[in-house]
Amino acid sequence: MADNVFIALQNNSEAQPIIEAIVADNDGAVVSESPGMVKIDVPGRLVIKRETVTEKLGREFDLQELHINLISLGGNIDEDDDEFILSWGV
Amino acid sequence: MTIDLKTASVKPLRRTFDHLAEKLGPDKNPTRYQEATWGLQPATNFHYRPTWDPTRELYDRERTAIVMDDFDDLVDPRQYYYGTWTIQRGKQQDSQEKNFDLVEKHGLLNGLDTNWKQRILALLIPLRHVAWGANTNNSFIAAYGYGAPVTSACTMHMMDHLGVAQYITRIGLLLGNNDPEILDIAKEAWMNEPQWQGLRELVELTMVTDDWCELFVVQNFLLDSYVHDLVFERFQAAAIEQGGVTILPMLTEFINEWRRESSRWVDAVLKRAAAESTENTAQLNVWIETWHPRVRDAMRPVAELAFPTQAARELAALGEAVSTRSAKLGLHGEAL
Repeated sequence: MADNVFIALQNNSEAQPIIEAIVADNDGAVVSESPGMVKIDVPGRLVIKRETVTEKLGREFDLQELHINLISLGGNIDEDDDEFILSWGV
Repeated sequence: MTIDLKTASVKPLRRTFDHLAEKLGPDKNPTRYQEATWGLQPATNFHYRPTWDPTRELYDRERTAIVMDDFDDLVDPRQYYYGTWTIQRGKQQDSQEKNFDLVEKHGLLNGLDTNWKQRILALLIPLRHVAWGANTNNSFIAAYGYGAPVTSACTMHMMDHLGVAQYITRIGLLLGNNDPEILDIAKEAWMNEPQWQGLRELVELTMVTDDWCELFVVQNFLLDSYVHDLVFERFQAAAIEQGGVTILPMLTEFINEWRRESSRWVDAVLKRAAAESTENTAQLNVWIETWHPRVRDAMRPVAELAFPTQAARELAALGEAVSTRSAKLGLHGEAL
């Protein structure tokens, strides 16, 4: 699908709560696991919410921590303190 | 010659230990917390019953009236196991030590109003003994409780309370120019002064409470709520506002942070236990109904010590806070 956005994270225990949060917040998220990497495709728009990750992680989460385990992403980024959004919109 | 590089992807046969897969389902990755906590409780092959309680097994789920299909469900939302807990507490201790250093180095307590200093000393320092009681009680829960999520979290909570007792001691020494006499005076007050005797009796009563879930409710939910809301929130706010003791939050930073964080855990445990069955909810309600008035009565003279002119209003607000909290957990808990 051409209008998919994606994010790829390292497959480790730190990224696990982020992956769970993405799956919980994005309908239609497709998770594909490769060795060492997890790629998540979502049609149209992908959102990572700080609040959801905080809940899954059990402590306060700063969205900037995302970058520690980030491998790659596809889409335009719209980011603030509470949400990290990928989409192809302008 | 050309070399073809091929990658072969090997799909692991299993993601985790069987006992976790059984609980989570085969396709879920467990968290470190789940790996470190679930299934730790010894449950079989005890051979002999303990001589100190021959009616029960060494570890027995019937030491409480609360019935859970699986005590591993009483998880900690903070996901603390030894590693994460020590890292977090280490950071907090660093920050708290820096605060103490700063206050000492710049003599930030020197200009403190004598009247407020006396009030802080009189209210705060005897709480060392309350914190020690909480330490003992959580140790009891850790020893006689069932299911590693609760017993391990209570072990950490036990040490946290000891930390709180030590920080209170530090504050006392700071205020008392490092003269340990201040601690003897506080102990004397705790042992003999009438306004502390109700609370002391209550703490001693919790120490002979046998049901560990009941003790959890009384100590970690009711008593901690009252003591910390009164002293470290309401009294502290008044000290800042009326006494200009703006330095106090620096000294109680850890206590306040820890309290916010640990009450999330206490709430989650009670909410899950109540959600298990109507019997559990009813039992928890009975305990709250029995103990809430006792805690409130024991705290009345302490509230009078903190707020000589408006103790009744403050006490009502504390009770209100507990009722709101228990209502959120699916329990009722009006101060009867």
